[in-house]
Parts: sequence; structure tokens; C-alpha cells
Amino acid sequence: MTSNGTLVSALQTRRQEILATWLAQLEHISASSKGRLSSKDLGRQADDFLTILASAAQAHGTDDAGAEGWQSVREFLEDLSRQRVLAGFSSDETATFIFSLKRPIFDALGKVCSDDAENLAEQLWAATELLDKLGLHTVKTFQASREEVIGRQQTELLELSTPVVKLWDGILALPMIGTLDSARTQIVMESLLQKIVETESQIAIIDITGVPTVDTLVAQHLLKTVTAIRLMGADCIISGVRPQIAQTIVHLGVDLLGVTTKANLADALALALKRNGISFVKH
Amino acid sequence: MQTSSSGELPLGNEHDIVLGRQAVRRMTQQQGFSLVDQTKMVTAASELARNTLIYGGGGTLKWAMLSDGAKRGLRLTFEDKGPGIPNLELAMTDGWSSGSGLGLGLTGTRRLVNEFEIDSTVGVGTRVVIARWK
Amino acid sequence: MDRIPILKMGEFLLVTIQVDMHDQLALQLQDDLTRAIDRNGAKGVLIDISALGMVDSFIGRMIADISGMARILDAKTVLVGMQPAVAITLVELGLSLPGVATALNVERGMRLLRQTLAESDDDANFIKR
Repeated sequence: MTSNGTLVSALQTRRQEILATWLAQLEHISASSKGRLSSKDLGRQADDFLTILASAAQAHGTDDAGAEGWQSVREFLEDLSRQRVLAGFSSDETATFIFSLKRPIFDALGKVCSDDAENLAEQLWAATELLDKLGLHTVKTFQASREEVIGRQQTELLELSTPVVKLWDGILALPMIGTLDSARTQIVMESLLQKIVETESQIAIIDITGVPTVDTLVAQHLLKTVTAIRLMGADCIISGVRPQIAQTIVHLGVDLLGVTTKANLADALALALKRNGISFVKH
Repeated sequence: MQTSSSGELPLGNEHDIVLGRQAVRRMTQQQGFSLVDQTKMVTAASELARNTLIYGGGGTLKWAMLSDGAKRGLRLTFEDKGPGIPNLELAMTDGWSSGSGLGLGLTGTRRLVNEFEIDSTVGVGTRVVIARWK
Repeated sequence: MDRIPILKMGEFLLVTIQVDMHDQLALQLQDDLTRAIDRNGAKGVLIDISALGMVDSFIGRMIADISGMARILDAKTVLVGMQPAVAITLVELGLSLPGVATALNVERGMRLLRQTLAESDDDANFIKR
């Protein structure tokens, strides 16, 4: 049951003052940012934020920062968080943007409520609650954005480590290196299948020389990839099958659905060429 | 976590299933899902919508677009007041390779989504809730 | 009510599925196709799904059924043009459509059909001798 009148009016009438004090506080952020964030950009962000903050407070009161009317403020902070993540800032550097707004607002409230101590206390409390909520929202978004960026980087790394190679017209090869887990298999499947369509290749050779162990899960992942290739209408050859792996596959009772396996990539290529009706003539 | 928008669609006939699929496709695109994830969600919706119609005697599809910080998701609820599924545990264990197309295909559908919940009481009805996150 | 058109391509039939299928349409297709195979003495059927962004268990079953019916009528079926996202989803769903031949596109599908027919002709000739 806070009378939000004074916090709201402070944000309107003392805006320039608040902005100036706030910018002074934020100065050290851009100074220590090593060029990732210029004073000018930071100044503009602060200015824009104060505008949105003041108008949301005016229109919807300051009691509930989670309400629908405060969506534009939350979205502003979400965008800000995302930008900070991409620029490589830490979560507390990012949260400082909001929390350093407390002092300037408290100062302004002090001047505006100078004759009413009880009201001042109420307003300070309202301001603290509001900024805490917004600050927490910023941190939460920061963490979520960071996870997303890391996830994306991992995906890109996976794609780089499993390049699909065109060995010949109509023959693709996928040298797999490292462990075959669920995430990896998804990426690998997607890029291989896409390449098959793009190049209209008839045969895909999956080389598992670089895969250390083949257990039930790995075998299942391989099987899924092989099935998907077949459904699309292409053929698959698995190469790099070491004796150990052959034993494991039989012991596990895995049915390779008639997919031919070869001990090495060269043999697989020879077979693929033969299947495609290509032969080489020595002069 | 918030729901940015939600709604309901009827599942009373085959045409409704087609419309439902198209709506789910649009929603997954709106939430920015990758093409593969869109396809998985639309396919799961098609399976469950068909179950609702054929085994449940018709029902509704309730949808909700979700956001959790920067993450975006889609939740779908398939409800009917049909006969319910006796022996739910048995229905959920048809294994990976039984692609005969018989039965409710629930374990397969479950693999297409991130969250899967099913509630069914004989003589009362069935509710399946699925969700996928970007 | 709309129907899915069936094109005659030499001794083969081509079905291009482009719309969202519902069961009436599927049943109509099976009916039309079996009649067309019989009427034309067709030896092969190509089902082109390159325009389908989704294949669920219902459509999968329909394709398997068509393949089975065609086989009984002494025609071979080849499914062509499955999109990568669809293939990945089908596999995850647990459907592998065993017994349905596949090819990358219509051209490869026809080549496969011709090859298979030539082979079975060879078998027939071998037996004759």
C-alpha cells in the first residue's frame, strides 16, 4: 500500500539529475571495459532506460515489476543482458548497471521528500524493492543468455570437428573423431543429411576409425544415422571397423541392417566407386 | 517463467488435426525453433492429436508459448473425455524398433519432445502435456 | 473433394504428395492407385514426398500399405525425396519403413525401378533356359 506518487514524480522531475549522477557511477564501467562499451553507448543506454523506467512507473505504479505493464522495461534489460554476454562482461558487471541506479534515486528522493521522513522511508523502500527486482531479472537473463551462447558455441565447435568431405562425385565421407554422444549425433546427422541432399550424393561413408569405444549407445546412434540416410534414399558404408568393434557389435546383438562395413576408408571408397559404376584405367 | 500467449483449438475431426498441425508449425517458427525441432514438435502434435480424435473420441488442443528469460518454448496439452488408457505402463513401453504403427506410439512421441506428461483414468479421459524448448 | 493426382510415366506411375494428408485423402489415394496399377499394368510406383515437411506414423503406415498393395499387384514402390528433418524425426519416432525402397529423387527412383525390373527379367530368362 505504498503511495508511489513521490518515487514516480522524482523519476519525472529529477530525471536529469538522476541521469547525471548515475552516469558518473557508470563511468568506471566503460573505463574498465577495455573498449567493449563506449561512454557514449553507455550514456545512451542509461538515458533510454530512465525514459522507459519513468513511463512504466507513471503508467503502472512501482509495486509490481513483474506485471504486464512493465514488459518493455524487462525486455530492455533482457536485450542489455544479451549484449553484455556477447561483449564478454561478467554478470556482476552487468547487474551494476541497475544497482548503481540506487544511489542517484535515493539522493533525488531525499530532496523531493525532505519534509516528510515517514514518506521518504516508504519511497526509499519502494525504490529498493523495484531496483532489486529489476536487477535480479537482469542477472537471470544474463545467465540464460550466457548458457545459450555457450550452447551455440559448442554446436559450432561440433560442426567444425565433424566436417563432411566430398570424396568423389556422389560420394561423401564423414570422418568421426572422438566420442559419439547424443548431441554430437544430432549435429552430425543433420549436417550429413543436408550435404547428401545438396550434393545429390548416392553414398555416404562414415569412418569411425577415430571413435575410441563402441558401446550400445554409440551403436544406437550409428544405427539412427544409417537409418535416416537410407530413408532419404542414399546408401551408407561404415569404415574403420576394427576387430574389437566387430566383436562388440556382435556381442551386443546389434543388427546393422545390411549396411556394409569395411576395415578402412580406402576399401570403403573402392567399394563406393564400384557401386557408382566408376572404374579407373591405367594408361 | 511466463506464458506470452495461449489458446485453444478443437480436435473434433480430421480437418481439425490438419489445422492443429499448421498452427503448431507456425508457433514453433515464431519461437525460433530450428527446422528439425519444428518438425519434431509438429510430428509429435500430429501423433497426439490423432490419438485424441481416434482413441479419445475427440477433444481439445491447448497451446501456450512460453518464455523463461532468454529461452523460448512451446507447451501443448491434448485433452479428451474418452475411455482412458487402461494399463498406461504397458502402453508406454513399446520400444524403439517396433515401428509397426500399431498402438498409441507414445514412447516414440516422447522422444521427440523435451517434456512429456500423461494422465489417464479409465472411464474419465486422457490428458497429455508436451513441451519443447529452443 | 480433392484427390492426389497420379501421373503415368512410361511403365511407371508417379504420385506427388504435396498437401497435408487426412485419412479420407489417404484412403482415396490407395484406392485410386491400386486401380491405376491394374488399369495400366504398371510395374512400378514412385511416391514423391519432397514437398512434405512432416511425416507421422499415419502417413508412414499409408506408405507402407501402398507398398504392400503394389507388391501384391506385382509392382514395385520407391519412396523418393524425403527431407532431412523428416528423416531424422521418423528415426527418432521409431519408424524405419522396412520393406519400402527409397531413392533421393524421382530420376534416381526411376533408375532404380528400371534396374530392378531388368534384374527380374534376367531371372525370368535364366529360369526359362
